[in-house]
Amino acid sequence: MRELTLDDLDDMVLGATLLGTGGGGDPYIARLMVRQAMEDFGSVQIVEPGELDPEGLVLTTAVIGAPTVIVEKVPAGTEFVTGVRALASYLGKDPVALMPIEVGGMNTLIPLATAAELGLPVIDADSMRRAFPQIEMTVFTLAGIPAAPMSVADEKGNLVVFETTSNQMAETLARTAVMQLGMANAISCYSMTAGQIAKYGIQGSMSYCVDLGRRLAAVQRGEEGSFEAFLEFAEAEVFFTGKIIDIDRRTTEGFARGTVVIEHLDDPSRTMRIEIQNELLLAFEDGEPVITTPDLICLLDLENAAPITTETLAYGQRVNVIGMPCAPEWHQPGMIELVGPAAFGYDVDYVPMKSKATSPTKGSAQ
Amino acid sequence: MTQLRIGIDVGGTNTDAVVVDQDGQVVASTKAATTPDPSDGIRAALDEVIKGVDTSLISQAMLGTTHPANAIIRRRDLERVGVLRLAAPSSLAVRPGAAWPADLHATVIGPAEIIRGGFEYDGREIAPLDEEAVRRFARQCVGQVNSIAITCAFAPASFDHELRAAELVQSEVGDELRVGLSHQVGSIGMLERENATILNAALFGVARAVVDGFHAALASHGLDVDSYLTQNDGTLMTSDEATRLPILTVGSGPTNSMRGACALAGLSDALVIDVGGTSADVGILVDGFPRESSAAVEVGGVRTNFRMPDLISIGLGGGTIVTGPAGSVVVGPDSVGYRVITEALINGGSTLTLSDISTAGGRLSGFGDPLKVEDLDPRIVEQALDWVDAQVQILSERMKASRQALPLIAVGGGSHLIPDSVPGVAEVIRPAHHSVANAFGAAIAEASGAVDRVYRYESEGREKCLDDAKQLAVDAAIRSGADPDQVRITSVVEVPMSYLPGQGCRVQVKAAGPLAATHA
Repeated sequence: MRELTLDDLDDMVLGATLLGTGGGGDPYIARLMVRQAMEDFGSVQIVEPGELDPEGLVLTTAVIGAPTVIVEKVPAGTEFVTGVRALASYLGKDPVALMPIEVGGMNTLIPLATAAELGLPVIDADSMRRAFPQIEMTVFTLAGIPAAPMSVADEKGNLVVFETTSNQMAETLARTAVMQLGMANAISCYSMTAGQIAKYGIQGSMSYCVDLGRRLAAVQRGEEGSFEAFLEFAEAEVFFTGKIIDIDRRTTEGFARGTVVIEHLDDPSRTMRIEIQNELLLAFEDGEPVITTPDLICLLDLENAAPITTETLAYGQRVNVIGMPCAPEWHQPGMIELVGPAAFGYDVDYVPMKSKATSPTKGSAQ
Repeated sequence: MTQLRIGIDVGGTNTDAVVVDQDGQVVASTKAATTPDPSDGIRAALDEVIKGVDTSLISQAMLGTTHPANAIIRRRDLERVGVLRLAAPSSLAVRPGAAWPADLHATVIGPAEIIRGGFEYDGREIAPLDEEAVRRFARQCVGQVNSIAITCAFAPASFDHELRAAELVQSEVGDELRVGLSHQVGSIGMLERENATILNAALFGVARAVVDGFHAALASHGLDVDSYLTQNDGTLMTSDEATRLPILTVGSGPTNSMRGACALAGLSDALVIDVGGTSADVGILVDGFPRESSAAVEVGGVRTNFRMPDLISIGLGGGTIVTGPAGSVVVGPDSVGYRVITEALINGGSTLTLSDISTAGGRLSGFGDPLKVEDLDPRIVEQALDWVDAQVQILSERMKASRQALPLIAVGGGSHLIPDSVPGVAEVIRPAHHSVANAFGAAIAEASGAVDRVYRYESEGREKCLDDAKQLAVDAAIRSGADPDQVRITSVVEVPMSYLPGQGCRVQVKAAGPLAATHA
C-alpha cells in the first residue's frame, strides 16, 4: 500500500494521455477533480489486489458520455459516489476498494477522486491499460465476467441499476440512459472480488501509468538517454518519423473518425497512414498494416515529446509514431474478435508486435 | 477628399504610430520607446506622427495595446471580482479558480459560489436558476468587489440564465457592481470560459483608463474621430466594446504585426516571421486573418479558451548567443537581447551573436563594424547560418496548412537573418515600412463579429441553424462598426460533437468588413 502524491498525479496525467492513444478524453478536468477531492477528503492509497481480503468486493467507477459535453458540464463528484453506493446496495455488500476500468485518458483519474471521498483505496489494476470507446472492450469480457449489474447515475440523483445478458447490451443500455441524463454521467460495473481481480485483471496498471509518465516527462526535459529508457520501459518501438501531410476528419454514428497521412522525414517516398476512431487504431506503411489494435499507436511531437491527441492533430506537425504492445493480459482467446481491427469494421488482420513480454497470439479469427 | 486613419501599437519595447490613407499608403510613421505609463507613450507617438499631417482629414484612430496583458502578467491594477457559476448540482467537483496561480487568485478572486442553474447539451435546464441565491450573492459582493463574473453551463448554446442573473444583480444592487457574462467572452469549455470571464472583469478598470487616456490624447489634438481597439483576431472593437471585453485585446500585438506585414507586402495569404532580439515568432495568415490556435491558451498562468493567433516561437534573434568551436557550434537559446547594440562583436562587445554571424555571412550590413568579424572562422559562420536556415524551414513547414508553397514575409529588427530562399517557401519578402508593421496592422484592421454556439440540427435543420449563426455574426460585425454593405462571412466551421448520437454541432462563424465611413 502506498500513498498517491501530487507528483505522482502529474506523471499519471502524462502517462494517461499517452495510454489514451490519441483519445480517452482530456485528463485535465479529472486532475482538477482529484486535487480538490484530496484537499477536501484527504489522500488516496494505492493497493495491490493481494493486500485485500480475496473475498472483498471491488467496484469500478468511470465517467461516460461525450468528451465535448464533459468540458461544459463538469462532474459534481457526487454522481460517482451515488453510482458506487447504488451498486453496493444492490449487491448488499460494501466495497473494500475501487478500481479504474480504463487506465488511459481521463478515466484513469476519476476513481481516485471518488476513492478520496469514500475513504477507500484504489486497486493497482484495470481492464484495458489503454483507452477503448466501449464498455465491453475489456479483458474481463474475455474472462466471461459480466459488466452488469451496472449503475448509471447523474449529479441530480437520477439513477438506474440494471442487469443484462451480455456486456455489449450493458454498453447499449448505458448509452441509452446517458442520452437522457445529460451525456456526462457516472457508471459503476464489473463488480468483482479482489481475488478475481488478481486472477483476471491487468496487474499494476496505475503504477505502470505513473512510471510511463515519469519516463516521458524525463524525455520532455531533454535528459540524456531518457528516450531510449522510455522506449525500453514501454517495450515500444519508433515505427516512423515524419511530418503530417494530410488529415481527413469525419464524424459518423457519433464516432470521430479520420485518417492521417505522415511523410517520412528522411525519405519522402515512404508514407504512413493512421486510421482513427476516437483513438488511433491502425497504422499502415505503404499499404501494409504495421501496428494494429489492441496494440497502442502513440504520436509524440518530435520537438517536445508531447503526446498528440486526435483533436490537436495538425498539418505540418513533425511526429514520432510509436508502437507499444498492449498489456500481455490481452493475449487470450477472443481478443481479436473483441478489440482487433475487425471489431472496428476494418478488413485487416491483427499484426502482433514483437515483444518479449507478449506470447504469440492464438487468434481464432485468422 | 481622402480620409486618413491613425494606427498606434503599444508593444513591450516600442510604441509605433502610423498615418495611413484610404489606399493603404503610409503617410507618416514614428517609433518611440514604450513608457512606464503607456498613455505617455501614446501621447508622444501621436504628437510626433501627426506633425505635418492635415488633421482635419483624420476620421478614425485605432489602438493596439499590451496594457491589459501586462496588467495580468504583472498583477497590477486588477480589480477584484465576485465569481458566480450557474451549474449546480453539476461541476461542484471543480471550484472556480481551481488551477489559478496563488498570487493571481488572491489578487482577483473575491466571493465565489456555484449555485443552481445552467443547461444540458440538449437545452434542458440542469436546474431552474436559483434567483434568491443570485440576489443574496449580489448583496454579499457589494463593497468587496467591483464586478461579478457570471458563467452558466452550456452558455454558448443557451444563455438565458446568464441574462436573467445579470438582471437580478442590477435590480438588487443597481450600478454598485458591473456584470460580465461568459457567453460574450468565451466558447465551449466551461472552466476555461469562466477563467476568461473572471480575467475580463478584473480588467474593467484598466480598460476604462486606456480608453479614457486614448480619448484624451486624441482630444488634446482636437481630433474628434471614431476610436477603436484591436482584438487578438486582428479585427476592431469600438472603444465602448473594449471597455466591456478587454480580455479580447490580449495577444493583439503579434496579430497586428502579422496582418500589417501581409498588407504592407500586398498579400492576404502568407507566412510571417517576426524576428526580434531574442526570439522569432512565426504565424500564418489565411484570407487576411491569422490562423487561430486550437490548443488551450494560458494568460498569466490561467488556462482560457478565447481566440488567439497560432504562433510558434523559438529562441532565434539578432542577440542570440553563438558558442563552441567549428564542428560543434551551439546557437542559443541564450540571448543578449536589446544589449546587442553594445555586446555584439561588431559593436565593440565581447559576445558572439547571430548579428555578428549575419554580418560575417553577408546578410547584415550597416549595423556595427564588419571589420570586427573579419577573422571569424568561416566554418563557424557557415554552421550557425545552416542552423538558422534549418530552423526557419522547420518553422515554416510546421505553420503551413497544406503542401502549397506560400510566400514568407520577414519583419522585425532581426529579419536580416532570414535567408533569401527557404525550401518549401515560394519567396521571401521584406516589405517597406516593416519596422512599423504593428501600427500599420492596427490602422488597417476591419470590424468583425464572431459566433461560437452549439446548435441542435434535429430540431431546426442544418441550413436554418447555419443561417442563424451567420446572421448573428453579421449583426455582431455591424455592431462593431462594419459597413453593413460590405460585411462578408470570413469563416464557417462545423464541429459535430462526438459520441452524441443526435445532431449536436458546434458552429463557429466569423464575419468581417471595412469600417463604415462615418464622417462621409
